Amino acid sequence: MAEPVIELRGIDKDFPSQPPVRALDDVSLRVDRGEHVAIVGPSGSGKSTLLNVLGLLDRPSAGTYRLDGVETTKLTDGARTRLRGGRIGFVFQSFHLLSHRSVVENVMLAEVYGRHPRRGRRERALAALERVGLAHRTGFPPDRLSGGERQRAAIARALMGGPSLLLCDEPTGNLDSRNTEAVLDLFDELRAQGLTIVVITHEQEVSERAGRRVRITDGVLAEA
Amino acid sequence: MDLRDLAGEALAGLLARPVRAALTTLGTVLGITTLVVTLGVAATAGNQIVGRFDELVATAITVEVPESENAPLVEWTAIDRLTRLRGVESAAAVSESDDADNLYVRSNDIVDPTRVTTQTLTVLAATTGLPEAARGRIVQGRFYDDGHIRRRDRVAVIGDQAAKMLGITRLDRAPAIFIGEHAYTVIGILGDLRRERNLSTAVIVPPTVGRRFGLRDVTRVLVNTGLGATGLIARQAPDALSPANADMLQVIAPPGPTRARDQAQEDVNALFLILGLVSLIVGAVGIANVTLVTVMERVAEIGLRRSLGAARRHIAAQFLLESTLIGLTGGAIGASLGVVTIVAVSAAKQWTPLLDVRLAIAAPVAGAVVGLLAGLYPALRAAGMEPVDALR
Ligand SMILES: Nc1ncnc2c1ncn2[C@@H]1O[C@H](COP(=O)(O)OP(=O)(O)OP(=O)(O)O)[C@@H](O)[C@H]1O
Ligand SMILES: [Mg+2]
Repeated sequence: MAEPVIELRGIDKDFPSQPPVRALDDVSLRVDRGEHVAIVGPSGSGKSTLLNVLGLLDRPSAGTYRLDGVETTKLTDGARTRLRGGRIGFVFQSFHLLSHRSVVENVMLAEVYGRHPRRGRRERALAALERVGLAHRTGFPPDRLSGGERQRAAIARALMGGPSLLLCDEPTGNLDSRNTEAVLDLFDELRAQGLTIVVITHEQEVSERAGRRVRITDGVLAEA
Repeated sequence: MDLRDLAGEALAGLLARPVRAALTTLGTVLGITTLVVTLGVAATAGNQIVGRFDELVATAITVEVPESENAPLVEWTAIDRLTRLRGVESAAAVSESDDADNLYVRSNDIVDPTRVTTQTLTVLAATTGLPEAARGRIVQGRFYDDGHIRRRDRVAVIGDQAAKMLGITRLDRAPAIFIGEHAYTVIGILGDLRRERNLSTAVIVPPTVGRRFGLRDVTRVLVNTGLGATGLIARQAPDALSPANADMLQVIAPPGPTRARDQAQEDVNALFLILGLVSLIVGAVGIANVTLVTVMERVAEIGLRRSLGAARRHIAAQFLLESTLIGLTGGAIGASLGVVTIVAVSAAKQWTPLLDVRLAIAAPVAGAVVGLLAGLYPALRAAGMEPVDALR
């Protein structure tokens, strides 16, 4: 059997606040290559926390997390950073586009860190923008873009550098149904090419298009 | 991470807030300008003092000719060979003797009982170049020429003080003076002496006339050179004057220019230096402050970069480079302003500006160091952020 892209075992995440919060409670999850998983659940249930753990942005309090077969919880900060930069693409809920850089420069930023050749970077960024249907907006500053266009620029950036795992927090939150459809079509296409996709969503439409759904309630994960 | 990418990101970070970046450089600009101006004007002024000094002393060479039993060591005509050397601006051979130092000189026969017209004055013989060689000026009449010398004309040129002492004010009636028994026509008055000031109380006669007073041989040669030619002429003069006995001549040359410059360095105004340093520290605090604010404003950007694979050192390097560039820019502007100020001050005071290239290079570097130091704390703060916290 092929190595899973994500393998979580007994993951806990405690926040040492007053009172302490257990945001993830004994979460186990296995996601194979090319899967498209939707994470659903009420607000404050721990979806973003799970995504942060999956994206190596945060360390779990307990349990093991193997990403592409590499056990990550014991890795040094630097090794986790390299793994994150090389294997994972993020689409954040609030885009995080740099307002003083053009769209294409924002996309190119994804290849500034790590070992990517400088040559052809702009071409690759333009290709990524083409893919999300933003070829006509490459020189714009992000604040001139519509919400949907920003979202797509963020997706283009996440695709830059060829990640094996795409993590999205509400990727279609700002899109109308037509644009949502376009993004979901893109996800299908990416999945067919072997990319693994994990999305957090509130939307019925999005979760239904995913091959698989998991529900998280008060930090406890269950297949749905 | 490629260094060009790092530079590009830092530059883009600065250019994102150009006005802020410009204002942040101000403290460094002020500090570096003050330092450059202080050091530069001090050096220029110091050089100026030396420069004025220079004109009189730094280009003046004296060759002492020892007495000789046999043939004279330096012929009177040898002065022509010396004058032909490149770098010699003026030269004169002089003959002095103890006997001729105190001779009775009287102005004319009509004795005015109310004033003492007999003076003891120095009489010396000199070649025709003496007025220039002594850096003086003929204030009245003329100096004797080769014709006078050849014809052994009994003429004399007297110093302006001597003229006053002898009561000679006008030359149009060809006044005579008596040196001992013999009368000599005064044809010129020498004044405004900036070298050999004692000539103002002397009576100067042609070499062919001086023999009567025992002024037979050249005892001293006065030379003035162009700036910078002093060392060369000091070496060449003895050979030109006396090819056979060059090593018996004693050359008195001014000290080299290096020592004068050292002295100028000591003239640095400590107060302004401290002022400049204080401005630099204030500038550094300003850069640190603004960079810290910038870091706090760009928390989300830091989180994003971390999510894209930026290590802590990449974040630190970017903010360090940004603050260093601010310091470098401030230093470069400060250095330019400083240089312009030095030139302006020099122009106003009619000085020759003295610009030390090392200062012009060191100033931007100092600015960069200030920026680097100021950026240390903000950069560490930025690098220390956890990606999750930065992205929240
Ligand atoms: N740093 C923290 N310190 C303390 N508690 C935290 C911290 N971060 C998150 N929490 C808590 O953990 C729980 C899960 O938060 P999380 O952000 O994962 O929710 P979510 O499922 O993403 O909600 P939403 O759908 O509203 O985005 C919440 O109750 C939240 O208050
Ligand atoms: Mg959330």
